Amino acid sequence: MRRAHLDRLEAESIDIFREAAAESERPVLLYSIGKDSSVLLHLARKAFYPSLPPFPLLHVDTTWKFREMIVFRDATARNMGMELIVHRNPECVAAGINPFDHGSATHTDLWKTQGLRQAMEEHRFDLAFGGARRDEEASRAKERVFSFRNAGHRWDARHQRPELWRLYNARTGPGESIRVFPLSNWTELDVWYYIERERIPIVPLYFAAERPVVERDGVLIMVDDDRMPLDAGEEPQLRTVRFRTLGCYPLTGAVCSDATTVPEIIAEMRATTTSERHGRVIDHDRAGSMERKKQEGYF
Amino acid sequence: MTASTPAAARTRRQHHTDELRFLTCGSVDDGKSTLIGRLLYESKLLPSDHLAALEADSRRAGTRGGELDFALLVDGLAAEREQGITIDVAYRFFATERRRFVVADTPGHEQYTRNMVTGASNAEAAVVLLDARTGVLTQTRRHARLLALLGIRHVALAVNKLDLVGYSRSVFEKISGQFREFAAGIGLDDVTCIPTSAVHGDNVTARSDATPWYGGPTLLGWLESVEPAAASGGPARFLVQWVNRPEPGFRGYSGQVVRGRLRRGDRVRVAPGNIEATVGRIVTMDGDLDEATRGMATTVMLDDDVDVSRGDVLAAAGDPVDTATAFQAHLVWLDEREMLPGRQYLAKLGASTVGLTVETPKYRVDVDSGNHLPARTLRRDEIAVANVHLDTEVAYEPYRTASELGSFIVLDRLGNATAGAGMIDFALRRSATVRWQSVTVDKNARSARNGHRPCVVWFTGLSGAGKSTIADLVEKALHAQGRHTFLLDGDNVRHGLNKDLGFTDADRVENIRRIGEVAALMVDAGLIVLASFISPFRQERALARGLVEPGEFCEVHVDAPLEHVERRDPKGLYARARRGELANFTGIDSPYEPPERPEIRLDTTALTAEQAAEEVLARLRETGVLRGS
Ligand SMILES: Nc1nc2c(ncn2[C@@H]2O[C@H](COP(=O)(O)OP(=O)(O)O)[C@@H](O)[C@H]2O)c(=O)[nH]1
Repeated sequence: MRRAHLDRLEAESIDIFREAAAESERPVLLYSIGKDSSVLLHLARKAFYPSLPPFPLLHVDTTWKFREMIVFRDATARNMGMELIVHRNPECVAAGINPFDHGSATHTDLWKTQGLRQAMEEHRFDLAFGGARRDEEASRAKERVFSFRNAGHRWDARHQRPELWRLYNARTGPGESIRVFPLSNWTELDVWYYIERERIPIVPLYFAAERPVVERDGVLIMVDDDRMPLDAGEEPQLRTVRFRTLGCYPLTGAVCSDATTVPEIIAEMRATTTSERHGRVIDHDRAGSMERKKQEGYF
Repeated sequence: MTASTPAAARTRRQHHTDELRFLTCGSVDDGKSTLIGRLLYESKLLPSDHLAALEADSRRAGTRGGELDFALLVDGLAAEREQGITIDVAYRFFATERRRFVVADTPGHEQYTRNMVTGASNAEAAVVLLDARTGVLTQTRRHARLLALLGIRHVALAVNKLDLVGYSRSVFEKISGQFREFAAGIGLDDVTCIPTSAVHGDNVTARSDATPWYGGPTLLGWLESVEPAAASGGPARFLVQWVNRPEPGFRGYSGQVVRGRLRRGDRVRVAPGNIEATVGRIVTMDGDLDEATRGMATTVMLDDDVDVSRGDVLAAAGDPVDTATAFQAHLVWLDEREMLPGRQYLAKLGASTVGLTVETPKYRVDVDSGNHLPARTLRRDEIAVANVHLDTEVAYEPYRTASELGSFIVLDRLGNATAGAGMIDFALRRSATVRWQSVTVDKNARSARNGHRPCVVWFTGLSGAGKSTIADLVEKALHAQGRHTFLLDGDNVRHGLNKDLGFTDADRVENIRRIGEVAALMVDAGLIVLASFISPFRQERALARGLVEPGEFCEVHVDAPLEHVERRDPKGLYARARRGELANFTGIDSPYEPPERPEIRLDTTALTAEQAAEEVLARLRETGVLRGS
């Protein structure tokens, strides 16, 4: 079946990319290596083809990503011929911030939220593309496509710019910036249908394979390297698992699955009944935690 | 609603129209959140963890005594959960086998106009909710008027909470009749009325046993069968967003077909302008296309070597698009800061951002009654019809013909807020026909004879700061040197040219606009114009500056702190303002925005008037306004 709504979503996203690039001085694409980033990058290439997208990729690294993600990231940037900027918050590097000793909230805030701010300021980016979707989480449902951030990088849900027709407002003053979400109107299922249709490469971790995992509080955590402290008697088990979202490996839950192709993943998704962010440990910290993080400038 | 024919159903399938974006509107507590929550729930896409959360939340906070409270699914932000209200426009997604839906959910209370217009601007259909116990209310009419204004063609009226009136057929029919009649009167002709109970699920996704007398579609059935806007009718219009030049040999125009269809080999006219060219290639990453239809994002190459830039429109040569600089438009104001006629804004239309000013509105539309009311300004949530002027010619279409080229947003130049939204009714031909008379004796000729260059010296500052005294001294000195001068101040302007204006923000803007225009004419006449006005707003001083050429405007900030001028108070005005006898007095109850980068700042607490005047004269010598002295 030809999914005409994917054509419409694609055209809308391309329109957004072109408007944003035309109206900003120093745009950047926040590349977080997951499937949404893969789709985002694919759409960016379509928007400007045959030119390369007129902006670099920025990865805000935490040093705790899955190793396969980093390999994929570097290969992707090389194959696309795009500039890749990797930012690691130097204060976190110095202090050795990690999710085990400092807790997931602090870890995420310092590496990602503060790291992103640093990178935006250091490179004086005035506009950043991100892969967030409105269907991901309740607080995102009211997010604009062009989301204004004040000079303190904060999102103010109560004073957002109204957004009408396809007339986006990308204007900023000194220090202010815009986050642009070309995938705003996509759902998780749309993303997978599109990956299938366009044959977009994604990190192999999305596909089921035998991986060493431990179970913690009901969440399957993959032991990706020997930095992971194991409890006495805790022994990684080889299980056939895959990931629905990718982040820092100690904070990302795996799901048991046999899906090894995109159609199998789609079939599994249509049958499953657990939402995507469920596997992300950070969301469970406190009710409304995503909203709070957004106000503080987390992507 | 007529049942769709098999043929229509087949066409639909062939056209793959499988997405619908719609809007819901209703007053607070009509059951909107419950209804949307139920659509999400029944479309079975609700993940089990969301469902578990819903059950827990329903027990804790729900209003349904332990039953599932679907409204909780829809209320996202912590801030609104705490207050129990929806605060803005939210977008939600659900799908059935036949179609995928995007719902724009807008609140029914404060700022309703702003939020509803925002949600409606991207919707193809709308669901209006009302409470069967209260029937058609002012709010219902308001919602319908806004839908008509935004050009939403397909409307369903959900007569909700029918369970609370015993599923009464006569109540339903009375309300439907009233609504239909009203809707037809404002131009909404495709209306379907559906009896529902959002909490019990009657006629939402499944036909209800409680309404055996009802033969129409369920709400979901209606949503699945609405035809979104016609696909590719009308002449071709391609909006250029980005000039694509990867290498010297390739020059393409990346953009979107916003109307009609564009084919390889088509003759197109580039608007604004008069040039024609032929479409050589239609490029995409997936290969070249023979044609691109409405909504497609592509890159077009022209065979001819013509100059096209962002914001231009490639239009079918046989049916080119009109261009203009002035329009009558419907304006919806969105910003806290009221719209002031004459103030300089920006407009974004298509892919162009240009300067915009709005005339005094012809009238304001009361959305509750439909009445036309007089208006001088426009506040948030108000709608008016007004003439607007752009500083650059743009390609456009009336909003009713093609919303993509007939809609614009208004941007505030200072804070960059999205301050308003506009819909073009028609162009004012005046602007195209009034051409500047080209003259032989021009500014340069006059300047050569006068022995000085013309300019505007603009004195701004608080009342009593010393503007007039200094301006007077400067003029005397210039006059003594044989220069041609003219002093504009409150006395000679307020009593004649501007005697119809008071001291409201709107009038202050118009006051300065007129003075700026007069000063610009005098500059054309070769004079050195000394303008002495409080002129409290940065934007209007910028406007006056923009009316003359660069280098011809010298802004002088006559600076003295408020305490100081209030102590001086030569005319006793501050004392009167403090006593409340003078309203809108600058510095007291009306703001003064000091210049950020004036050409000259005179601190009149430290300088005598003579010293201050000498500083101004020195500057005029340095910048070459005065020659040979
Ligand atoms: N009896 C009855 N109650 C309803 C119906 N729809 C909504 N309600 C109740 O009306 C109240 C307001 O509903 P809500 O969906 O929050 O309204 P909103 O403000 O329009 O979003 C809640 O207590 C609902 O449970 C209905 O069809 N019948």
